[in-house]
Amino acid sequence: MASTAIINKAAPTRAVKYGSMSRDRKWALRWSYFFLTLFAIFSLVPPLYMLITSLKSSAEISAATNPWWVFHPTLENYIGLLTSNQFLRFFWNSALVSIFVVTITMLISVPAAFALARMRFWGSATLATGVFLTYLIPDSLLFIPLFKMFAVFGDWTGIQLINRWYVLLIIYPTLTVPFCTWIMIGYFASIPKELDEAAIIDGASWFQTLTRIFIPVALPGLIAATIFAFTVSWAQFLYPLVFTTSNDQLVLPVGIITSLIKGDVFNWGQIMTGALLGAAPPLIIYAFLMDYYIAGLTAGATKG
Amino acid sequence: MADVTLRKVIKRYDEVEAVRGIDLDIADKEFVVLVGPSGCGKSTTLRMIAGLEDITDGDIIIGGDVVNDVPPKDRDIAMVFQNYALYPHMTVAENMSFGLRLKRYPKAEIKSRVTEAARMLDITDLIDRKPKQLSGGQRQRVAMGRAIVRNPKVFLFDEPLSNLDAKLRVQMRIEIKKVHQKVRTTTVYVTHDQVEAMTLADRVVVMNHGRIEQIGTPNDLYHKPATRFVAGFIGSPAMNFVPCRLEEVGGRLNIRLTDRIAFPLPAARAARYQNVARNEKLILGIRPEHITEAKQHTEPGVETFDVVLDVTEPMGMETLIYFMLEGIEVCGRVNPNAGARDGAPLRLAVDLNNMHLLNESTGVVL
Amino acid sequence: MVDVAFQPNRVAGAKSARKRSSLKTALKRKSTAAFLMTLPLILLITILVLYPAIYSLHLATLNKSMQRFIGLGNFEFLFKRDTFWLVVKQSCIFAITAVVFKALIGFIVAHFVHNIPAKGQRKWRGMLLVPWVIPPAMSTLAWLWLFDPSYSAFNYTLSFFGIGPIPWTGDANWARFSVILVNIWYGAPFFMIMYLASLKSVPDQLYEAAAIDGANWWQRIWYVTLPMMRNIIAITTLFSLIVTFANFDIVRILTAGGPLDHTHIFATWAFRIGIEGSDIPLGASVSLFMVPILAVAAIFILRDVNKRGNEA
Repeated sequence: MASTAIINKAAPTRAVKYGSMSRDRKWALRWSYFFLTLFAIFSLVPPLYMLITSLKSSAEISAATNPWWVFHPTLENYIGLLTSNQFLRFFWNSALVSIFVVTITMLISVPAAFALARMRFWGSATLATGVFLTYLIPDSLLFIPLFKMFAVFGDWTGIQLINRWYVLLIIYPTLTVPFCTWIMIGYFASIPKELDEAAIIDGASWFQTLTRIFIPVALPGLIAATIFAFTVSWAQFLYPLVFTTSNDQLVLPVGIITSLIKGDVFNWGQIMTGALLGAAPPLIIYAFLMDYYIAGLTAGATKG
Repeated sequence: MADVTLRKVIKRYDEVEAVRGIDLDIADKEFVVLVGPSGCGKSTTLRMIAGLEDITDGDIIIGGDVVNDVPPKDRDIAMVFQNYALYPHMTVAENMSFGLRLKRYPKAEIKSRVTEAARMLDITDLIDRKPKQLSGGQRQRVAMGRAIVRNPKVFLFDEPLSNLDAKLRVQMRIEIKKVHQKVRTTTVYVTHDQVEAMTLADRVVVMNHGRIEQIGTPNDLYHKPATRFVAGFIGSPAMNFVPCRLEEVGGRLNIRLTDRIAFPLPAARAARYQNVARNEKLILGIRPEHITEAKQHTEPGVETFDVVLDVTEPMGMETLIYFMLEGIEVCGRVNPNAGARDGAPLRLAVDLNNMHLLNESTGVVL
Repeated sequence: MVDVAFQPNRVAGAKSARKRSSLKTALKRKSTAAFLMTLPLILLITILVLYPAIYSLHLATLNKSMQRFIGLGNFEFLFKRDTFWLVVKQSCIFAITAVVFKALIGFIVAHFVHNIPAKGQRKWRGMLLVPWVIPPAMSTLAWLWLFDPSYSAFNYTLSFFGIGPIPWTGDANWARFSVILVNIWYGAPFFMIMYLASLKSVPDQLYEAAAIDGANWWQRIWYVTLPMMRNIIAITTLFSLIVTFANFDIVRILTAGGPLDHTHIFATWAFRIGIEGSDIPLGASVSLFMVPILAVAAIFILRDVNKRGNEA
């Protein structure tokens, strides 16, 4: 539905701009719009369905009326979740984890990328390749040994990290740091060599070159990396599922699935509302910073 | 303000010697241009003076201090780069003041220096713009401004004009000269463009294969080149080189170019070349402007000969002509009214008072 | 390659060791500083990636209570179980089918987006990338609801055409289909974006030249577009293969491996055995089976990426 509206909007510009175009080209264009609309519907159905369901009461859902339409819109699901301490706790945990992970990631990967891009030292080329390889190792390969490692670590030192939300601050950087380092190496390497030479002659130390020249100049890359780190830590599902179990330690994705699905009773209105609220932060960032988001995506061939 | 001295400076990358022992004295306030083809070591030399490259051997002395191991920021130098290297995220004023701000100069002092430099370079209106809003010529000025505000001992220019179009290049060349006349800072300037070298320099250093071929004023290099490389590199169109030998005919010294063409040497030249072996393989070096159309009154030392022209290039104020001598293309410059046409015969005059005689094997000008 | 930068100093050092000493220490300081700046990265990779990777090899050789070394016992046990072979088969079908369709759909959609006037492209690209932006755990919940056995919105719609009801997650084959469909939905936009970026980098003159040479649109794609995009197609496909093969979220939420283990893939089965079943060594053994295919894909990617990385 949304897509048809857009097609209509696009139509007049098309007519004006391509009025003189050959018949073939016009038909190719029509077909393009037709298929794009199909694909857009395919892409947008799940999120739209989330929205539709989230506005329905449990009664309307179980009445099995037309699922694609809301007959009695209500905000009761939103009110229910946003006043539930448990849900807010999940949200808060997710926010806390993501913000800390972004900070940690940047603190590790920006200096490392600078050193790897500019200050050649023994083994730096190997390390750059190693960073990239690390990025290819998936979470599903490491969760079992990591789980056991932290359990053993707890036995040895008495510091219990499993089932604490902050254990995720240690684990998530393994997903974010390699990629962020990799794209920052790319951005730093694209800064002309003369720029740091000019800075050196102007009397800047290596640290000043990094903070006052490289970081500001590579700011688009930095934003792209930050977005990546945030979305990865916000969306991560496997690690929190493995490492956290108590309700007060859960992050949003795991929290919604474990707490809102109680046995066989699916409160779909609340689940869809929770999922939509959980999808909101990345979607909002994407809406406002789409170009940076896509730059980060294409810069390093993100996981897909 | 300082003099710069290079003593037996060597730069070696792995097995390759980029700079092979350079000795150079640059006086205080002097404008010295290093010129040579790409890969001759001129940029490396400049970067060694700047401290961006460490030197393999030798000494670099700035203002009486050996600076071999001194980092760039403590050498009190400023550099203008080929692609300007302006910080893209800073305004013009911030670009110019970055070095001073790092050294924690007082704000008022920074402001007055930036204003003064901007005024000198005529960029006062651009002071709050970002580099990407500037044209090439304006960026060039800002890059110079950044050097000027530092008030360093030495200015270093690394091919600063090569990214500009031809017209702007001429204009900025004059600008650089003006700035130097105002601030009189010792300047080392690197270029591959011999016209830039000739027009800007107090002294030109011609480099080739990591060595200095010749050091001299622009006029010296043009009129008294020491080697075949310098003779061929300086001047456009380039000097003609024609194989020749000396022969003695009736007690007079002749120079023979082809079986058909031989000229008697003027008295001063004959005396100078008296000791050159007669069977030595030699090369006659003669600039195009000394090959002209034959005039009615021949002056002493000017000899005439007939050729058939290959190609003519009318330039407006003169016409360049090309003809072959023993398989070598020779260029001359004649009056547009001399009747030079492609494929037409023409009687030419060569001014042997301005000839050069070179040893073919050593390339040395005799 | 890196050591080369220091060679000249070493050569010179022999000749004039004393004179250069201070510059040498300066250089040494610089490389020490560089090392310190990369140290957190090195520690992170070593302790939390390399060590666990090796540790899982060790774990795989222990018995369930992790007290006894049993060598390859876990693998022998796995090889004898039908479920294991089912998981192997399903992982391969899942990854290959999903990647092929993601690549195809991504390519087609990218072409359509590239085809329309530049002004509208941003809008379309923005909409089409939404599946990629939503955390997969969240969007899979929506799919789960769309596939719901009694309230499925799809079945409701299809019933008007006299189709269904389809047991989207109840029947083994339909469940496999559903899992792959969701994966395609999630991953195709990524291909689309990568292809679109590389389509834009194909110079227009090439198409004009091809058009002048009389190529039709299909020939233009075959002889101009595809060869120009070969690299990006290869690298995106390999990337996707790794991630799809190692996928966990979608299968876990949509079917949790069911019905009767018929949609389990390595990651979900390893989770079921290792975490839920508390047999960590066996779980580690299962996930280790992902390594060979990941390694092969990684080697191919690295060949391409190294060309790029070495410019750094």
